[in-house]
Amino acid sequence: MAIRLKVNGTIQDVDVEPDAPLLWVLRDELGLTGTKFGCGIAACGACTVHVNGKAVRSCGVSVESVANREITTIEGLGAKALNPVQQAWIEHQVPQCGYCQSGMIMAVSAFLATNPNPTEEQLDGAITNICRCGTYARIRDAVHSLSTAKQAKGAS
Amino acid sequence: MISRRKFLIGTATAAGALIVGYGLWPSRRLARATLLDAKSGERFVANWIKIADDGTITVVIPHCDMGTGIFTSLSQMAADELDADWSRVRSETAPADPLFANGSIVEGFVLEMRKMTRDSIPSVLQGAAGNTFRTLAEYADVQVTGGSSAVRMTGVYGMRVAGAAVREMLIKAAAARMNVQPNEFHTEMSRVIHTSGKSFGYGELAAEAVNYSPSSNPELKSKSDFKFIGESVARFDIPSKVNGSTKYGVDTQLPDMCYAAIRISPVFGGKLTLLNEESVAHVRGVKKVVKLDDAVVVVADRFWRASNAVGKLEPVFDHGGNGAVTSKTIRDRHSSALQHGKIKQDMKTGSGADALNNAAIIERFYNVPYLAHAPMEPANATALYEDGRLEVWSGTQDGLGSRAFCAKTAGLKLNKVTFNLMPSGGGFGRRIPGYWNFLTYAVKTAMAVPGVPVKLIFDRQQEMQHDYYRPNVTSRFRAALGQDGLPTAWVHDYTTDDAPNPEAHIFYSVPNQAYGTARVDVHVPTGPWRSVETSWHGFFIESFVDELAHEAKRDPFDYRRALLQSKPRHLGTLNLAAEKAGWGSPLPAGRGRGIGISECFGTIVAHIAEVEVNGKGQVKVHRFTTAADPGFAVNPDGFKAQMQSAVVFGLTAALYGEITIDKGAVVQENFPDYQMLRLAECPAIEVYVHESDAPLGGAGEPGVPPVAPALTNAIFAACGTRIRELPVKNHPLTRL
Ligand code: FES
Ligand code: FES
Repeated sequence: MAIRLKVNGTIQDVDVEPDAPLLWVLRDELGLTGTKFGCGIAACGACTVHVNGKAVRSCGVSVESVANREITTIEGLGAKALNPVQQAWIEHQVPQCGYCQSGMIMAVSAFLATNPNPTEEQLDGAITNICRCGTYARIRDAVHSLSTAKQAKGAS
Repeated sequence: MISRRKFLIGTATAAGALIVGYGLWPSRRLARATLLDAKSGERFVANWIKIADDGTITVVIPHCDMGTGIFTSLSQMAADELDADWSRVRSETAPADPLFANGSIVEGFVLEMRKMTRDSIPSVLQGAAGNTFRTLAEYADVQVTGGSSAVRMTGVYGMRVAGAAVREMLIKAAAARMNVQPNEFHTEMSRVIHTSGKSFGYGELAAEAVNYSPSSNPELKSKSDFKFIGESVARFDIPSKVNGSTKYGVDTQLPDMCYAAIRISPVFGGKLTLLNEESVAHVRGVKKVVKLDDAVVVVADRFWRASNAVGKLEPVFDHGGNGAVTSKTIRDRHSSALQHGKIKQDMKTGSGADALNNAAIIERFYNVPYLAHAPMEPANATALYEDGRLEVWSGTQDGLGSRAFCAKTAGLKLNKVTFNLMPSGGGFGRRIPGYWNFLTYAVKTAMAVPGVPVKLIFDRQQEMQHDYYRPNVTSRFRAALGQDGLPTAWVHDYTTDDAPNPEAHIFYSVPNQAYGTARVDVHVPTGPWRSVETSWHGFFIESFVDELAHEAKRDPFDYRRALLQSKPRHLGTLNLAAEKAGWGSPLPAGRGRGIGISECFGTIVAHIAEVEVNGKGQVKVHRFTTAADPGFAVNPDGFKAQMQSAVVFGLTAALYGEITIDKGAVVQENFPDYQMLRLAECPAIEVYVHESDAPLGGAGEPGVPPVAPALTNAIFAACGTRIRELPVKNHPLTRL
């Protein structure tokens, strides 16, 4: 039975088992390999995508449960122009191996959308993705530069 | 197992080479390289450097991109000598072909073993028989990324020399065009400029430049003339890492490909005995069950189907005689080897252990556990076996070596095998030559389904349980102190499954030293883990020095300074860290500072940790102040990133890292039980570079070893508990 997915604004019907994990459907059926496999048990965040604007660890949700919702992957996030988070990541030279960064950027962009000027504690509590290369210090700097930029803009 | 130390240089040193000179490629070879790896309108002008008609310069890198930024820093080194226009410089991965074997690494390691640098070789020998190292590298299939070697070896012995040689060739081509002398030109921004003002772009001259042979001994710039070396230029690879477009090994996609999931015998070395093949006979998408000696693989049309199916097979493996081994039995063997076994003497200075006689002896034992590498991208490889040929795609730390390894595994000649080296999502030693179980399984699986490209992925549990672990090591120190509290004797014995470790030898001045090893072989496979032997000796030495300072009732900083009077680089680095950390300034109750200083792959790193132990005994790491002396940082921001990375990597290991063994198998399965440091626990990290005239040191690894002792010494300062066995999480802490 086909399941209808809306990924990065495009409707795609996939013929897979309803309980197939979204992660593998994105990667293997749709060829969207920017979303990464790290743990398979929702523990690392490498596979984070947006479902209706919220950050979701795609290895832990069935494709059936997200049918007909708006799914955005890293490929869709900056498709037209780089998202501010992606820009800040370049400015602060955040990535090392880069493998966790798709998920990291998806998690951070969803978080900042609801909380544009987070405190340190809020940020720490919200971003629990693993970066084995240890880019956390730069992630923190990049996020702060975004909230300061926003504040400056709001003030002007 | 092969010696971790010898894997790179066995062949080179066996040949006893001391004829040095960078083997710049002869013209014939350049033509072959161009044929193999250049687009139209582009050609190799010397090793590693292609110039296209339109002026694009491509630096071809004989390493794997694991995220340390070496593609950029190596390009900086080539481009600087070349006087290139940076905006026209690109980099790409060298093909896994013997043509592109990396002689610089062999040269670098041989010189390092002989405690020499290129400059200390008599110039008559430089350039004579200059191809020796490259030939050896080819012979040994070397294109390794390890030993923090890229910048300090490939960069120093390869990229700079090649860049300078190409510059000379371009000048010769311009001189010929104008029929004047080469010394009438200078170069700037990818142009050769005549004193008359007439100039030529590099793209224009490249096709003519290849008619001249590259010099093996071109004139290199002095430090004051550097333009790109020493600058924090932005990394090439980052834009494609923020939009998901970098293709790692695991992202390989081929038409009609299949996917494979694997279950390997939980006990290392166990054999497959039983299988419920019926259970997957009718599962959608399953193509084949491949039975290997010690593993079973399911090939299916999609990974999640292969993965579900392999779980249903209920494979049974035997224990290969190791079913009763536990962490405790292993630890007992290590401590009994040290206390009752035969100690093989390694090295001694002065009167060695005899200096302990008639003195009050301070004796301490330390232990570090097995650790997994746990790169974010689990091990994987894609392979296609068809018509007697094999093609493989994977991220490993040696492309050429991987190709030879796959050929051997498949029983094919090297020319029947193609290897595509992919960027990898972290390495840390997991993908070093000799530790390639994922290539073995992928090749065997592909050969069982000829004509079908198969991507084999270790799931996280297989990755965690079938790694090559940082070894468990137990260590015993004995020391005697003189009147001034400084050690007069330093005796260190430790367990090993490898050759004695020169990393055990201290840089502190102690008149009488002795080192010995006790051999312990366990069935758990071990391998190099970011910073290798210094990862444990750094912890042992810096813990023991701290304990001696305490016994001597002296400040740990002053105590180390007293022992470093003859080591200006170490002393300078330590002083810088202490000054920036505000060593000695008062801290709130429950907080403490600790020092760790190590030398690893030519770079000295001193960390000062500031931690808090709260009333519940929880540790909070507030701040790391890091000073590092790599001689000179080719890309200071990139170098700092490696230090920040090392602090997180080192803290993860020190606080939580522990692979335990039960019934002969690894207990940990995934990130919840092999815990990683996350954003919330990451301290503020300040990094300062201490410059010296020393030869370039490494960046990727040297920051790791001093993290653990800085942390545990700070915990001691904060609450009085001395941690001698890692990880910290196993110790109840109470505040004084
Ligand atoms: S792969 Fe989904 S959270 Fe780790
Ligand atoms: S950048 Fe490598 S895991 Fe985060």
